Amino acid sequence: MIRYIGRRLLLILPTIFVPLILVFLMLRLAPGDPAAQILGDQATPDQVAALRHDMGLDQPLVVQFVFWLKGVLTLHLGASFFFRQPVIDILPSYAFVTIQVALLALFIALVVGACAGVAAALKRDTPIDRGLVALAVLGLSLPEFWFALLLIFLFAVTWRIFPVAGYVAPSEGLVASFMTIALPAIALGLRQSALMTRMMRSSMLDVMSEPYIATARAQGLPERRVVLRYALRVAAAPFVTVAGLSASHLLSGAVAIELIFSLPGLGKLLIDAVGRRDYPVVEGAVLAIAIMLAILNLAIDLLYALLDPRVRLS
Amino acid sequence: MSPRLPNDMSATTATIAPAARRAGLARRLAAKPTAALAILVLAGLIAAILAAPLLTHASPLKIDPAHRLLSPRTGHLMGTDHLGRDMLAIVLYGGRTSLIVGFFVTAIAMSVAIALGLLSGFYRRIDAVLMRIVDGLMAFPGIVLATAAAGYIGPSVTTVVLALSLVLIAPALRVVRGQTLIVRELPMIEAARAVGLRETHILTRYILPAVLSPILIQASFVFSAAVLGEAALSFIGLGVGAKDVSWGGALAEARDYIQNGWWIVVFPGAALVLTILSLNLLGDSLRDALDPKLAGRRA
Repeated sequence: MIRYIGRRLLLILPTIFVPLILVFLMLRLAPGDPAAQILGDQATPDQVAALRHDMGLDQPLVVQFVFWLKGVLTLHLGASFFFRQPVIDILPSYAFVTIQVALLALFIALVVGACAGVAAALKRDTPIDRGLVALAVLGLSLPEFWFALLLIFLFAVTWRIFPVAGYVAPSEGLVASFMTIALPAIALGLRQSALMTRMMRSSMLDVMSEPYIATARAQGLPERRVVLRYALRVAAAPFVTVAGLSASHLLSGAVAIELIFSLPGLGKLLIDAVGRRDYPVVEGAVLAIAIMLAILNLAIDLLYALLDPRVRLS
Repeated sequence: MSPRLPNDMSATTATIAPAARRAGLARRLAAKPTAALAILVLAGLIAAILAAPLLTHASPLKIDPAHRLLSPRTGHLMGTDHLGRDMLAIVLYGGRTSLIVGFFVTAIAMSVAIALGLLSGFYRRIDAVLMRIVDGLMAFPGIVLATAAAGYIGPSVTTVVLALSLVLIAPALRVVRGQTLIVRELPMIEAARAVGLRETHILTRYILPAVLSPILIQASFVFSAAVLGEAALSFIGLGVGAKDVSWGGALAEARDYIQNGWWIVVFPGAALVLTILSLNLLGDSLRDALDPKLAGRRA
């Protein structure tokens, strides 16, 4: 098991460093001088040169990379130009909001996806099945940000059930907090529930044609028990893996969704930082997202290994 | 949103279609009602977008404060927005941006993915390095990278195309590589080696044609992800510049006037959904047609 964990840890490294290195290179290799862009048109050449020196941009790329890597490994990500405080202090509260919305979205997606998928599989080739499959295809083609606008139009503007935008922390009231993240989570969860419906349906169809299901039926077990106790347990296993893939999609969707609903999460932080040319924060947000995904993927791998001994022995 | 860059598309594992089977592709696609419908809708959309100047005399950029937020009616088939711009013109000309970005991203991402995928599947050493990079890219949310890229380089059509290409190469590369791994073990490749053909010749003349069908399927998904990605980037203000009309940009502006009229939100969004839905249906049908083994499995 220890060897298995070690190997997983090694494989996780590219997940963190590939996006980070890309972002590092983009800033340095993109046309234009970041220092001049940060200071604006009013800056004198001396000021630009001074900032270039402070940012280390006057060093050779390799030297810059070594310093940058050292900073990342020791979590010294520099200070935000805008907030005037260390990036590492800013990130946690933003990450919390993103995680809160993503978890609720994942929960919605799992429940909707599992129910719709099982229903479609059990009613195979009936109008119910075809309707659910068509809905799933449509769900996969709906951009989250457009769906979010429609949700706002219906549930916040027309019927005034939820607030249009804004965020309330759970510490200031659980219900109020839930109301602010409900619509964003529904908007984010839609695509995932469509994906999971498709996956659950095909997984369930596979399992239902296995010989042991026929055996269970032949023994005269009630169909309910066959489906719930025998088929569903096995068919649900791949869900653990899909949850990991979903997390990446949820964080992707979060960028536009957080902007629409004015949620102070990592996605909005990233967009704002890009707009303010606050490069340390951009790198910090990318690092935070990469680390969150890495931890999650690792946790899923380990969970899978615990559930299925064959995985950790291979 | 992707671009959640829809990564589920990478699950494509269509097997090689023999030439004879491929010949009947058009016939079999036409026989499927969803595929035929998707092709019809796509053709209609493209025709309308190309013929935009014939369909409306309005300019998508002409501001007319006297006629702002008009509901759909004669003269303004889709109404006007908060600046009095004609929504039909915005939808039609915005489609141009989507098509241009979709076309170039698909061309660039697929070319790179094909070249690197063939090499990666054929040469073990390149594979080890390249696949680690692809793993890193695949696990990471594409729009986040694209956002950072668009932010650094500044908003323009070129930026969007480059950023989205970068993000969409990884899933396509993996598909091409997986297919190459299967094909290179086939007896025909062994035979080609035995008669002493050069490796470049084997790659381009034997392996490339055999991996074409998954590439075709993948291309339709890349196109759809690119259209979606452009809209998402434009929506968050990091897409094409303000002077270029785009569906995502129109939706971003509609956000603040959502209580004043449904038409400014519904029409650009519907155009976007229709495009992506048709492309996805086309991709699904292509997969079913090229690989009957998978038909119906992913519904």
